[in-house]
Amino acid sequence: MKITMAHGSGGAATSELINNIFAKKFSNDVLCQLGDCAIVEGNAKLAMTTDSFVVNPVIYKGGDIGRLAICGTVNDLLAGGAIPQYITCGFILEEGLDIEVLDKITDSMALTAKEAGVIIVAGDTKVVEGDGGLYINTAGVGFVEEAVDVAAKNCRPGDKIILSGNLGDHHATILSTRMEIDSNIESDNAPLVEMVKSLLSKKIVPHAMRDVTRGGLGTILCELAEDSKCSFEIDESTIPVSREVDGFRKILGLDLMHMGNEGKMLFVIPKEQALAALEIIASSKYGENAAVIGEVKQGEGVTMLTRLGGKRTIKPLIGEGLPRIC
Amino acid sequence: MANLSTVIKELKEYDGEPLVFMEVCGTHTAAISENGIPDIISDKIRLVSGPGCPVCVTVAAYIDKLIQLSKRENYCVVTFGDMIRVMGSSESLRAASADGGRVEMVYSPLDVLKLAKAETETVFVFAAVGFETTTPAYALLIEELENNNIQNVRLLTALKTMPAVIEKICEEANNIAGFIAPGHVSVITGSGPYQTLSQKTGLPYVISGFSGEELLISIAALIKIHNTPRVINMYPMAVTEEGNEIARKKVSQYFEPCDAAWRGLGIIANSGMRLRREYLKYDAGSEGLTEDFLYNEACSCPQVITGKIAPTQCPLFGKACTPEVPKGACMVSTEGSCFNYFVNGRC
Repeated sequence: MKITMAHGSGGAATSELINNIFAKKFSNDVLCQLGDCAIVEGNAKLAMTTDSFVVNPVIYKGGDIGRLAICGTVNDLLAGGAIPQYITCGFILEEGLDIEVLDKITDSMALTAKEAGVIIVAGDTKVVEGDGGLYINTAGVGFVEEAVDVAAKNCRPGDKIILSGNLGDHHATILSTRMEIDSNIESDNAPLVEMVKSLLSKKIVPHAMRDVTRGGLGTILCELAEDSKCSFEIDESTIPVSREVDGFRKILGLDLMHMGNEGKMLFVIPKEQALAALEIIASSKYGENAAVIGEVKQGEGVTMLTRLGGKRTIKPLIGEGLPRIC
Repeated sequence: MANLSTVIKELKEYDGEPLVFMEVCGTHTAAISENGIPDIISDKIRLVSGPGCPVCVTVAAYIDKLIQLSKRENYCVVTFGDMIRVMGSSESLRAASADGGRVEMVYSPLDVLKLAKAETETVFVFAAVGFETTTPAYALLIEELENNNIQNVRLLTALKTMPAVIEKICEEANNIAGFIAPGHVSVITGSGPYQTLSQKTGLPYVISGFSGEELLISIAALIKIHNTPRVINMYPMAVTEEGNEIARKKVSQYFEPCDAAWRGLGIIANSGMRLRREYLKYDAGSEGLTEDFLYNEACSCPQVITGKIAPTQCPLFGKACTPEVPKGACMVSTEGSCFNYFVNGRC
């Protein structure tokens, strides 16, 4: 069965879609009231974010747009030191979309939300003319503890830079799927709740955290350097990357520093807590390849010590990058 | 072969006469920057980038023609990504696309087949640029068009070959003492053409692979044989003396040598490839696209790709001309020398 314009009419077909798919899969006490808005419990300090997902293809090795839509918003909240609580989702469906695909994607969203410990409290569906495409917007609310203050301005010379795992997996997955290249590479899309929660619960509060997404590590580091008025120095030989992704990107001439990820967190941690933090991150789910990749210094900009001992300046991603990667 | 740390030490401590070496291939330019090689070697060795980035050597008349075709009814220009941002005489394909032109970006020439089959009423024009490495893919494309009787694909060709342009560069005053010869091109041509070039120019050619280690070893070799007519193949795993004869045969089935216009260098005899007369039905009007145009008068791309100046010596570099707002083609391509100097902080 396919999505038709009637599913977006606000009438009977819309109700059927909501009841048979969204309410059924995302079921929880708040959502199931199906009111015009959700009433939820609050907290003194709230984090809020929103993100839209247009990835193409919608299902890829290791994930799909539904999982991505939860992970993206959850990880953005975590990067602010918040524990994610509530998610809203808006679907824009193109006429002709297979309901089977929507079914699969909403199943995946429900599972990922459960894994991330968030509940989907509100949603919306629109149908537009098109060719069976699917786009999702999610917004999220997280609770921040009073003592937690995570921001770029807190970075200090001497802080260690920790990356939570291998770079480039999501980018290489999307690109190889589009190029119809068969490979074992899978997207890293994952909610990093356990990783960040474990750190915070051990009273390790990173000076800064960033979700390393489409502009890649290079862009994130440049933003942190600018906002903190510090220099960020990284060592190429310590940057984790799988052999497959490294080979793939070399063939295509892609710079690892600008490849997109969907389940990687960058932590800037006070020097004295860095080792303890690395241990916690590396033993958490999705953190097995975590590594200390560099240090914050006085100065400005981002510099990489190359594997062969040379120095190279890192700049933010320039140009379009890979369109529709997330 | 000496071990890597000895080579690095040698390169770092070199204190002989100042030497300039040119890497011809854009992929080498990118690898040199990404590995921070200028920072590893002695200041007395200067590496300059040659005309080996296909986008950087394409003249404005060619871009203008692509733009014109993209705006024609039922036409679509198909191209590799970098070409989209290069300025023609008044705009780029990206601007043309925002202005109603139709431009599709692909990763391989063969990707155009899928587009052409899906839309038989549209004429798809492939922006066929590249060197000896890429031309075999265009030959395969023509073969597919022939075998499957596909009528709606054309090529706008600006295909180049290496030997004549290297000879031309050696005629210019740039003190080049040796070349890092392109690895990928040599896979197709073999090392043979460099023997001839080496004798003609009196300079050494070291064919190199693309890893940082391979490049360092090639530079160390060039120091030892600078200004002498020798060829060393440091990429024997991929490059033989004869090269890939099958690929060359396929190319000469559909293409023939011609004079070609190079951005900043003018027309160089016998430095390009065009479709043979019997396959001209697949041509989108490539003949006569020779006019060059510098979008900004101060643009120094011609001096940069001949190794006369470093990108940072161009008055526009990093000011009026950046990868976000490129004025010259060398700042557009990820293989362009200016782009690489800018994004990697080379000076």
